[in-house]
Amino acid sequence: MKDWKNVWILAEVSRGKLSPTAYELLNAGRSLADALGEKLCAVLLGKDVKKFVSDMFEHGADVVYVCDAPQLENYIDDVYAKTLAGMIKQYKPNKFLLPATNMGRSLSAKTAVFAGTGLTADATEVVINKDDGQLHATRPTFGGNLMATITCAHTRPEMCSLRPMAYAKAPHMPGRNGEVVEFAFDERNFTSLAKFLKFIKSEGEGLDLSEAEVIVAGGRGLGKAEGFVLLEKLAKRLGGAVAASRAPVDSGWIEYRRQIGLTGRTVKPKLYIACGISGQIQHMAGCSGADILVAINKDPEAPIMKLAHYAVQGDLYEVVPAMLEALEK
Amino acid sequence: MDYAINEMEQETLNATRELAQKKLKPLRAEMDAKEQFSKEMYEEFRKSGMFGLWLPEKYGGLGGGITCLAMAFEELSRVCAGLALTPGTSALGAIPMFLAATAEQRERWCYDLASGKKLWAFALTEPEAGSDASSLKTTALKDGDYYIVNGTKHFISTGKEADFYTVAVNTNPSRGARGISLLVIEKGTPGFSFGKKEEKMGIRTNPTYELIFENVRVPKENLLGSEGRGLLYVQETLDYSRPGVAAQAVGIAQGALDETVPYLRTRKQFGQPIITFQALAHKVAELAAKTEAGRALVYSITHRMDTEFLPAVQAALENGTSVHDELKKIKGGRWTKYSAMAKLFCANTAMEVADECVTLCGGVAYMRDFPLEKYMRDAKITQIYEGTVHIQKNEIIAALIKEYAAKGE
Amino acid sequence: MHILACVKQTPKSDNVKIDPATGCLIRSGAESAMNPFDEYALEEAVTLKEQLGGTVSVITMGPPAAENVLRDSIARGADKVYQLGDMAFAGSDTWSTSYALSKGVEKINSIQNIDLIICGKQTNDSDTGHIGPQISAWLGLPNAAFVRRVVEAGEKSITVERLTEDGTEVLELPYPCVISVVKEISNPRVCSVKGRMAAKRAEVVKWTADDIAADKTKLGVKNCPTRVVKSFAPKRDANAVAVEGANGKEKAAKLVELLKENKYI
Repeated sequence: MKDWKNVWILAEVSRGKLSPTAYELLNAGRSLADALGEKLCAVLLGKDVKKFVSDMFEHGADVVYVCDAPQLENYIDDVYAKTLAGMIKQYKPNKFLLPATNMGRSLSAKTAVFAGTGLTADATEVVINKDDGQLHATRPTFGGNLMATITCAHTRPEMCSLRPMAYAKAPHMPGRNGEVVEFAFDERNFTSLAKFLKFIKSEGEGLDLSEAEVIVAGGRGLGKAEGFVLLEKLAKRLGGAVAASRAPVDSGWIEYRRQIGLTGRTVKPKLYIACGISGQIQHMAGCSGADILVAINKDPEAPIMKLAHYAVQGDLYEVVPAMLEALEK
Repeated sequence: MDYAINEMEQETLNATRELAQKKLKPLRAEMDAKEQFSKEMYEEFRKSGMFGLWLPEKYGGLGGGITCLAMAFEELSRVCAGLALTPGTSALGAIPMFLAATAEQRERWCYDLASGKKLWAFALTEPEAGSDASSLKTTALKDGDYYIVNGTKHFISTGKEADFYTVAVNTNPSRGARGISLLVIEKGTPGFSFGKKEEKMGIRTNPTYELIFENVRVPKENLLGSEGRGLLYVQETLDYSRPGVAAQAVGIAQGALDETVPYLRTRKQFGQPIITFQALAHKVAELAAKTEAGRALVYSITHRMDTEFLPAVQAALENGTSVHDELKKIKGGRWTKYSAMAKLFCANTAMEVADECVTLCGGVAYMRDFPLEKYMRDAKITQIYEGTVHIQKNEIIAALIKEYAAKGE
Repeated sequence: MHILACVKQTPKSDNVKIDPATGCLIRSGAESAMNPFDEYALEEAVTLKEQLGGTVSVITMGPPAAENVLRDSIARGADKVYQLGDMAFAGSDTWSTSYALSKGVEKINSIQNIDLIICGKQTNDSDTGHIGPQISAWLGLPNAAFVRRVVEAGEKSITVERLTEDGTEVLELPYPCVISVVKEISNPRVCSVKGRMAAKRAEVVKWTADDIAADKTKLGVKNCPTRVVKSFAPKRDANAVAVEGANGKEKAAKLVELLKENKYI
């Protein structure tokens, strides 16, 4: 196990864009690398991804592994997982953090089997245990009702996917430099039978939920689809995005990708404003990671009124417009 | 109390209760307000096998007979009597076909009927022929291998949404009521169109349409049974379907109680839950007793019916004959009197229960946010369709007079 | 078309209770049911069968009581059901579980060739989302996760839409392949009367680790790569601050002031 060294992070690039999770992973990875006295390494996979190398250095990477190939233009599980497993086999990292994005979740799982190692999913905290240098990854399970700390004692690398926004972004350190290692794409072996046909951009404009620092969410209490127009106004004013609990999605008021909760998505914004959401456990599973939770609800007995940091008892159709007004001042 | 006497009936109750709670309940208020048929719910009914409950397994049905049909209709109506009509009226439209059809006709229609792929509807009523069905004016005159159909039907449930319509026509107007026959007419047949959509007091989620036939050519293979015997098949159909309406009425009454009792338990006035006021409590007890009496009557009748219906269906399948003929062979009882009694009693009970429940709950129940006013609107139809309560009384008294006359009393 | 759905019996999500002292799940009295995401997977399998014809098989790994989810699967329209049960499986993590399932899949495949394997996006108890991609890794099959829609299920391949953070990717996977699906893919039906009756009588095929020729050094709590070393109830701030005011307008102004003061906006 002594051969396995350094902390890796996957810097996700999709459609030519670097995911902000890359900076979060560099931040989390930096403290692991420092605790171990090892190097922090970023992995870039894709087509035309070399341009991100210096950005990686300037956010804390000591080494950047790059595999730049036209075959990696779009994400195909097998192609990416085989490439990563090939890199792991060659360079033997000690720890490997990936983003718990849709792509990262799927990719980390497949790679772990190819690499013959353990994986912790969707962690919100990663630390190095001082005694044995092992990675302790803590993650919510049972829809956020239980926290579990997981280790991977006997196989390397210890892999972990990290929930977006669980960590702040690494600071920018202009002019910082490091070592670049290019990894050649093996077109004979890194193959898949799957074919990528096309990408369709999501219709609704606006920020993606995983990137939004402010989320304004609506529930059954909205009463009608048009209620989201109002929430959209508030979200725009605060530079955030709109989301929903299950009921409005089931009623067809808003698209499924905006559903927060057990059967939807998990988010971790700085500010989460829940309007007309009762706060069932299934919903809270998706939003309880918010730094500040505000509940606006008519019903003082709604569970969310106790779970939130700030509880406003009132009609959202009165409170939200008044908030907009107050924000103008 | 559950009146299920076998596993199939018990599972019918379990399945329909779950379907009603999970799928029907979230939709009913919105669809009622929009006065819309729900394609989504139609698909749910189809996927859960609601269209084939009473049909034999040969066609993909459950083989559950009239009892399973009635039980499902009760449980679905307990949550929404309007949406429950999607499978309900498909059965009503198909029963006359199923009774009178030849083996070949059954092969042609029953698979898609049982799977719910095709919806059926029943077209009897005309502007000038309501309670007096024998005076219907729609004609179907023979022209080679076809009947040419002309006329108008109105107040047809599941109109426009259904694929097949069992239509009462006169194939021999000179013979009056003895010229009445039943034809199966498919939607899309040239000359067959839909007129006005009715705006109704209740059961708003089920579309009620006028059907217009202008020189519609219907192949003679779509004639059910023999010419001129249409009214007989209609009467037989109503014998089997009226307990279904009665079951629907029981469901409405039960649903109204389901909304009322919890409210009375939690609503406090004068410092106490209002159900502790005896005047209210006793009223609820009476309503519950009547509802249960209605339910007991319905299932006593359907279970008895099934002891003839199910063997007759089995024999028809084995012998390649019609169910109607097999029922005749075993001298099957005419259920007219009992069916009428069930429908009369249960429809009046549903109306009384829904009405009283609104009164018991007070102002809140008068508001559309609360489902009770819908139960009251929906209950009314059970006193009207498939023969008004007065027609049921006519049926009962006619049977009584005949019985006593036969005994020479 | 032979479609295999992978399902798991999990605690019903609405009555999960954690002992605050021990940080452990209180299992007594907790009702179990099919993992909700697996309901979407199974519904899609049955829908595809209804469109294309064929067989839906279902596999689960779990204790004897997990037989219930297989009977439930029959009620929902599955044709054949298989249960992997063995003490050797107990305590497996996702790596070991997916290995065991892949061995089960191989055995089912030897009975009847499998075209498509459908998994739920994740389970509601462990929330990993690993099993679909990992089964495909063990079996060397192409896969797609977060599938929201089947565009077309053809003779030789299936075209699916995969949900990403910013849109949808369309992929074509030749059979056999593995997809993991999100809630959007289907609307699980209420079981039919016939299904309910069939469920009671269905035969559940039960296999041990030996039956599926699984390598026991890859199985169970002792051999799987990861381990839970600690579990605890998350801290919940129960001291919500009620924002006061005479009316909604005043409360809104106060809220904005509080948020600004604390630099949340």
